[in-house]
Amino acid sequence: MDGANNLLFIIAITPFIGALLPGIMIRAGRATCATFAAAPTVLALAMLAVLTPDVMAGNVIQAEVNWLPQLGLSASFFLDGLGLLFAGMILGVGLLIIIYARYYLSPEDPMGQFYTYLLLFQGAMLGIVLSDNILLLLIFWELTSLSSFLLIGFWKHLPEGRQGARMALAVTGSGGLAMIGGMLILGNIVGSYNLTDILAAGDIIKASEWYLPALILILLGAFTKSAQFPFHFWLPHAMAAPTPVSAYLHSATMVKAGVFLMARMWPALAGTPEWFYIVATTGLITMVIGALIALFKDDLKALLAFSTVSHLGLLTMLLGFGTKLAAVVAVFHIINHLTFKATLFMTAGIIDHETHTRDIKALGGLRKLMPITFVIGTVAALSMAGIPLFNGFLSKEMMLEEASHTVWAGSHHAVPILATVGALLSVAYSFRFIVHVFFGPVRDDYPSKPHDPPVGMWLSPALLMVLVVVIGVLPAAIVGPLVAVAGEAVIGGGKMPYYSLKIWHGITPALYMSIIAIIGGLLLLAMHRPLDRLWNALPRPEAKAMFDALVAAMASLSRTITETLHTGAISRYLSIFVVATVALGLIAASGSSLPPVTREMLPVPGVVLIGWVVLITAIGSVFFMHRSRFRALVMIGVIGLMISSGFVYLSAPDLALTQISVETVTIMLLLLALHFLPKDTPIESSRALRIRDGVIALIGGVGVAAMTYAFLLRDVSTISDYHLANAKTGGGGTNVVNVILVDFRGYDTYGEIIVLGVAGLIIFAVMEALLNGPAARRLRNMDYSQDRSRDRHPLMMVIATRLLMPIAVLVGAYIFLRGHNQPGGGFVAGLIISIALLMQYMASGFAWAQARQKMEYHGMIGWGVVIAGLTGTAAWLFGAPFLTSTFGYFHFPPIEEFELASAMAFDLGVFLAVLGAVMLMLYSLSRIARFAGETVNVEPMDYDPTNRVELLKEDD
Amino acid sequence: MIETALAFALGCFSLGTLLNFWRMTLGPTSADRILALDTMVINALALLILYGVYQGTPVYFEAAVLIAMVGFVSTVAYCRFELRGDIIE
Repeated sequence: MDGANNLLFIIAITPFIGALLPGIMIRAGRATCATFAAAPTVLALAMLAVLTPDVMAGNVIQAEVNWLPQLGLSASFFLDGLGLLFAGMILGVGLLIIIYARYYLSPEDPMGQFYTYLLLFQGAMLGIVLSDNILLLLIFWELTSLSSFLLIGFWKHLPEGRQGARMALAVTGSGGLAMIGGMLILGNIVGSYNLTDILAAGDIIKASEWYLPALILILLGAFTKSAQFPFHFWLPHAMAAPTPVSAYLHSATMVKAGVFLMARMWPALAGTPEWFYIVATTGLITMVIGALIALFKDDLKALLAFSTVSHLGLLTMLLGFGTKLAAVVAVFHIINHLTFKATLFMTAGIIDHETHTRDIKALGGLRKLMPITFVIGTVAALSMAGIPLFNGFLSKEMMLEEASHTVWAGSHHAVPILATVGALLSVAYSFRFIVHVFFGPVRDDYPSKPHDPPVGMWLSPALLMVLVVVIGVLPAAIVGPLVAVAGEAVIGGGKMPYYSLKIWHGITPALYMSIIAIIGGLLLLAMHRPLDRLWNALPRPEAKAMFDALVAAMASLSRTITETLHTGAISRYLSIFVVATVALGLIAASGSSLPPVTREMLPVPGVVLIGWVVLITAIGSVFFMHRSRFRALVMIGVIGLMISSGFVYLSAPDLALTQISVETVTIMLLLLALHFLPKDTPIESSRALRIRDGVIALIGGVGVAAMTYAFLLRDVSTISDYHLANAKTGGGGTNVVNVILVDFRGYDTYGEIIVLGVAGLIIFAVMEALLNGPAARRLRNMDYSQDRSRDRHPLMMVIATRLLMPIAVLVGAYIFLRGHNQPGGGFVAGLIISIALLMQYMASGFAWAQARQKMEYHGMIGWGVVIAGLTGTAAWLFGAPFLTSTFGYFHFPPIEEFELASAMAFDLGVFLAVLGAVMLMLYSLSRIARFAGETVNVEPMDYDPTNRVELLKEDD
Repeated sequence: MIETALAFALGCFSLGTLLNFWRMTLGPTSADRILALDTMVINALALLILYGVYQGTPVYFEAAVLIAMVGFVSTVAYCRFELRGDIIE
């Protein structure tokens, strides 16, 4: 059995893997592309054929792999009769559609994309019918919604295609949401998400008080997917898709998913009055309304779409009856509907393809012009009408038989009469398809001269047509076993009801109903012209307009909510955040008193006090002068200096180094940006508002200060004790800060350098967009010439920075190397080197410096992340988890013994990422100036004394 | 003796810092402020070194050297902004 289990897995994933092929193979031509799209389908079909005998013998093949057992989610599949039927349909029709689409799609259509979407969809559908876990089923369910969205909207240039796709996604997607709720309730009732367990627990489910909510939610999912009234409106709009998509999605697969789900859940949910009244009634209404609308549709595909709606209603009604026999009939009709409806869709596609119109009123007389198409279309349509000798007749007859003895709310007549009306209308529209398209005089005003298509295009429908006839004549021999095994799976074991698949059942009520339907249908068609006028004169609700209005209303509601909450004013967010935080802090603190003070206040020397006063005053003055942006920036320099000095004084030289480097780089960034921004901030809010904001800011600041003060006076056990104790022994470094960065919290650092790199790249990208956007024009017209020094690149500065460069690089290298044990590390080293480079940029200008810069900053970021990542993964080679670091001591004479830690390589990654990100940010910002039309220099300085020396030499 | 000298020096540089800050706040021109900031950096370095001497540790000296190396870069940036507008041309 193991082989069979594996095979089931492979079947389930084959379409997904196969989906990758056509997109690539399109480069080798259209025929190759189609072959590679067909290959995975054929493969899956062959594997299914291998499993078929086993399933037909009544076995259920199961395969399970735990995925997220904590959530009850496992990747488990099973194949029983119902699954076999649907999988066969999905793959078989899929194969025919792939062949058909090869000829249908025009050379302008991106065929590789089409087949990729189609196979994705095929995989999702296959997943639904094979899942043994309802959570897995839900995932595949959503996947069908998404992939069908891509397929329906395949012709992106058509607005109807896009709108139809959106509507289909909105309707089926929201149904899917409801279904998630229903399935979760179901899983909760049973205590397992395994479908086999749920199907076995039908009685528990039906007895539960949660039965009705679960039922309604699940049915919402099934009804939206299967286009049941009142959710039927999306299906006709989805007809904007290419015809192969319509034929596939709307005959065999997508819309059948809802029917499949009802059939699948039948043992667990069916048989109650609630089920009967909800499902059977919805099905009945859908059947009649769908058939009625179909009769008056002039678009061939719209006619077929509404007839599909009607037939789906029929299937839903049969499942809704809740009797075992009705369920078996439903299974039989699923097969029959598939064969004739796929044929008809493909026929409609052929007619559209050859005559360039689908308007029935513009067609007629095609019998002589397209004989092959005529035969195929007529046979399928007769089957749809329920004419004897074709398969549609058999299941329709059985349906009428079932309907004839169904009692609806005490009435013995309601269901039979409405079912007959449905059948009658179905005869009428089927014959309309035949008579109005193929019969009648040959016209001379077709948009294109009709003729039969190439073999490849009619081959697929022809094959299905043969099935229609063969099943119609020899039902028991051809599909009898399949119906039996699938029917058994639907009713969930137990005794199969008696039924027989044959043409002549004797004189039964169903026969009379059939005769009434056929005669009535033909009469209706004879009166079609006046009825059509009447139909068009009557007011009808327009589903699309209602849907659009609903969507617009929802959108405006959510916009109102969003805009109320999300105004875009950061001052508002900050004030809410600060007030809420302070309030929560006060509430938390009010209940308890502080523990006693355990630490002495440290002495405050005079110098420190002065520093503190300067710091506080500077912060205060930023508040008053922040409208003059440059002055505020200079003042921020003071704050940075005082904080750095404070760090040094409080024995945190690492922080001081980082602070002063970050400070410098930030100020340069701000100055670069400020050049293109207004130099003053306008007053935008009222005085009262500013006072309020000031008070809030003050409360926030004082609150944080008070809390810090309270903590500093008490001994609180913190995480740093652990770090202090283990830095040397665990990480091999005495610089605890660095060991934390590269070892203890290496994962965090790894994430942070990635974020930093991403930020650098985003600034680059945003700048790119800015320079190509509307702001670019304003930039070009900016005037920079006022009040400028003529000395662009002063000699003094150039020489000084050149001299400083090697020293700075040396210091950077030194800081980097000693980082593990002494203050320093990759981060600070990266900042120091970037400051050294920036000095060159400032001194000799961008172009001159850039010409001497050999390494791309983008690449530097990438290499940094790669090196850090590789260092982390290297640990795997030694069987340790990601980012485990190691260290050792080495001695190579004549050098003294030294330590090497793997964290060093990680730190190198940090160094490169920081250097690259900082330089890329500054590079991006300084690009604006050149874009705005500033010239660049190629000389290192404005006045170059060496030139003068050369001149003097020449004079000599 | 050294104690007294250190105390005196610390006092002087602290006073210098305060006066820098005074100029910084009043201005009136941007050049005044930038110059005041630059001088303040130097005063802060001096204070750090003096404190290191007072404590008898080389750590402060090293930090001071590094601050000196990068501290002047922001002064250059401020000046370029005032003189040319664009700091990286």
